[in-house]
Amino acid sequence: METAFIVEKFVLITIVFVLTLVIAMYSTLAERKVAGFMQDRKGPDRAGPFGILQPLADGGKFFFKEEIIPAGAHKALFIAGPTLAIITACISSAVIPWGQELTLGGRTISLQVADVNVGILYIFGVVALGVYGIMLGGWASNNKFSLMGAIRAASQSISYEIAMGLSIISLIMVTQSLSLGEIVAQQTGFIHWNIWVQPLGFLVFMTCAFAECNRVPFDLPECETELVGGYHTEYSSMKLGLYMFSEYINMFVSSAVMSALYFGGYNFPFMHDLGLSPNWITSLGVLAFFLKIFAFIFFFMWIRWTLPRFRYDQLMNLGWKILIPLAIANIVLTGIITIISDVYFK
Amino acid sequence: MLEQKPMNFWERIYLPAILKGMKVTIRHFFKKKATVSYPEVARPYSKNYRGMHSLKRDEAGRERCTACGLCALSCPAEAITMIAAERKKGEEHLYREEKYAAVYEINMLRCIFCGLCEEACPKEAIYLDGPHVPADYLRKDFIYGKDKLLEEKFDFKLVDQLEQ
Repeated sequence: METAFIVEKFVLITIVFVLTLVIAMYSTLAERKVAGFMQDRKGPDRAGPFGILQPLADGGKFFFKEEIIPAGAHKALFIAGPTLAIITACISSAVIPWGQELTLGGRTISLQVADVNVGILYIFGVVALGVYGIMLGGWASNNKFSLMGAIRAASQSISYEIAMGLSIISLIMVTQSLSLGEIVAQQTGFIHWNIWVQPLGFLVFMTCAFAECNRVPFDLPECETELVGGYHTEYSSMKLGLYMFSEYINMFVSSAVMSALYFGGYNFPFMHDLGLSPNWITSLGVLAFFLKIFAFIFFFMWIRWTLPRFRYDQLMNLGWKILIPLAIANIVLTGIITIISDVYFK
Repeated sequence: MLEQKPMNFWERIYLPAILKGMKVTIRHFFKKKATVSYPEVARPYSKNYRGMHSLKRDEAGRERCTACGLCALSCPAEAITMIAAERKKGEEHLYREEKYAAVYEINMLRCIFCGLCEEACPKEAIYLDGPHVPADYLRKDFIYGKDKLLEEKFDFKLVDQLEQ
């Protein structure tokens, strides 16, 4: 552990952190733009050219709003709620491999903050923690609508985590590794992407990711038609801002995880046929990875402005009666195909 | 009664329906937007739009209004008030008729822009040919007097100069 290593990691962490926040910031603008465009409107275009200063204006507004803590609220937990939400949202980006190695002045720098050999489990654990932020906030508000939202959030993410985990198991059966770095490294080029071998698993995983992010059509925790504002009914000013923000960070991170697990992460077609130097391949890879992430974020928004919200029983039916059996069937199918290909095609 | 058929397999897995919906939304994404960016781009008024009133002048630049009060009488909202005055000697270049409106006020909060005043006017002195009435903060600022209603004097000399 020399100092250069620490400095290098520190810089990387800072860059990832800043990027995450900036992307989450601009996701709020993108969301409103996409919403506008899909409804034949222009979306916000007053703050700066094409509205690019809108997130700053929104943030500034959040800071200057009056901060209200309800009289009956549990004060410490009320503050802990959004804090936990944003922390868990931010730390899940630690194990994502943003690119291959970069060689700078004789040093090889890995563009992954921490290559934990159980990276998938880490992400899974952090995502499971994320629900605490919502639950604490909902419970500490001392408001029945908030509590209802929190209960929904808890039951929803527990239900969908099962299907998510099962869909990942079949992926791991294919990749034979729990390390995100290695899973991405296996998917070189275009034909080795995991989406070609795990289409059903991807479908289940993506549906669960939507549910874990509390995005439409699974945004029952903040269902404004029946629960006022759901778990953040009582929140105001920047605490509400943090909840909103953590939602967008979650969206960004799950887009990153989806493109890393199933769409090859930083791998792009013909990456080794172009005859480029390793550093160029790495940079283009990072670019490709972010393009994939942005495509997924757009997809999230596209779905949001297309589909209506599920009813609560429909949500539970989908999770327990459809996605979990589907994920188990996918495991069995993957196992059978693996054995057949091992026995006959080797 | 509407007969409800049980959903077939493709309907039950929802995905084709979701894709169909996504096709609709993405088509709207690339469509021409209906928004008019208002302060920069104003939507044109229709030809027969009835907006703010203007008191007209004749070709010599004299006020046409003779303060007969027919507009105020015809006004269903009772938005028009006026005080008539007699034209003095030497004011012939200002007022067309012997009687004129010394004060002519329209309360824009009462006005319903029906256009009956312009129909009633025998002197073709009032027309609702302006833009819409802008917003303001105080009620008193919505009572438009002659300073706001009267048409600008048509400058024939300037036109002559420009033509030469």
